[in-house]
Amino acid sequence: MFKFSSNTLWLLLLVATGLTYWLGESGQLGHASMAPVFLIFGFALFKGVGVVLDFMDLRRAPALWRNLLLGWLVFVISMILLAYWLGLQ
Amino acid sequence: MGKDLMADSPRLAGDLAVWLIILAELLAFGILFLSYAFARTFDVALFNASQSTLDLTSGAINTALLITGSWCVVRAVQAVKEDASAADARWLLAALACGSGFVVIKMLEFSAKAQAGIDLSTNTFYMFYILLTGFHFFHVLAAMVFLTILLVKCRAGHYGEHKHHALETGAAFWHMVDLLWIVLFPLIYVMR
Repeated sequence: MFKFSSNTLWLLLLVATGLTYWLGESGQLGHASMAPVFLIFGFALFKGVGVVLDFMDLRRAPALWRNLLLGWLVFVISMILLAYWLGLQ
Repeated sequence: MGKDLMADSPRLAGDLAVWLIILAELLAFGILFLSYAFARTFDVALFNASQSTLDLTSGAINTALLITGSWCVVRAVQAVKEDASAADARWLLAALACGSGFVVIKMLEFSAKAQAGIDLSTNTFYMFYILLTGFHFFHVLAAMVFLTILLVKCRAGHYGEHKHHALETGAAFWHMVDLLWIVLFPLIYVMR
């Protein structure tokens, strides 16, 4: 799994936030397309994994705790994407 | 060598109790997130129309503030582990400033919605919007109270290289608030 210093990770998280904002402002969402929604939640997943592993310091924690939080993140984002897809049908 | 083995062995940063609270919070917010996402499938047009009244810029600035606050808390924990209490207090103060910025922006947002006559009963989107962001808002306030207590104790010299358990406990709660917003922002403000 990727590993950055806390300073680099902070900058990357800000960049991912900026890209999410740009996608939201650009009008690329709302056209019944999965791709931009995959992208914004891809950024959210990247940010969440960074916070869980390095900010919360779960990279060095027992695997159970790391997997519980990462599992929550992956499950919630997957279900949101499923719900979005259902909304397109 | 014994010390090296201890440093390498898996370790949960902070008190077990706060991690159990974090799990409960993630479960509660997870249910709310999925309730929003699936409720949206029944009336996508209403959700999209209502969402367009939200200020995306405020949401993005608030995301940056929480992420920066989290980074400041990480730096505070690093500083105390290096026995640099003065730097630790400065980083905690910076995190509190970020939290205060978030609170001000969110209150302006809530106030604008209230002035427009929007409340929980306006429609399903706004019900979720007020419930989710309001519930999260109170968690930010709680996290700021924890950080303030940690800051006071830090200035009184309570923490050091070998004594930072309480600081890590407060930090874990703050990061959870950040993690929740990382999912909430694209879900409520961006996805359409």
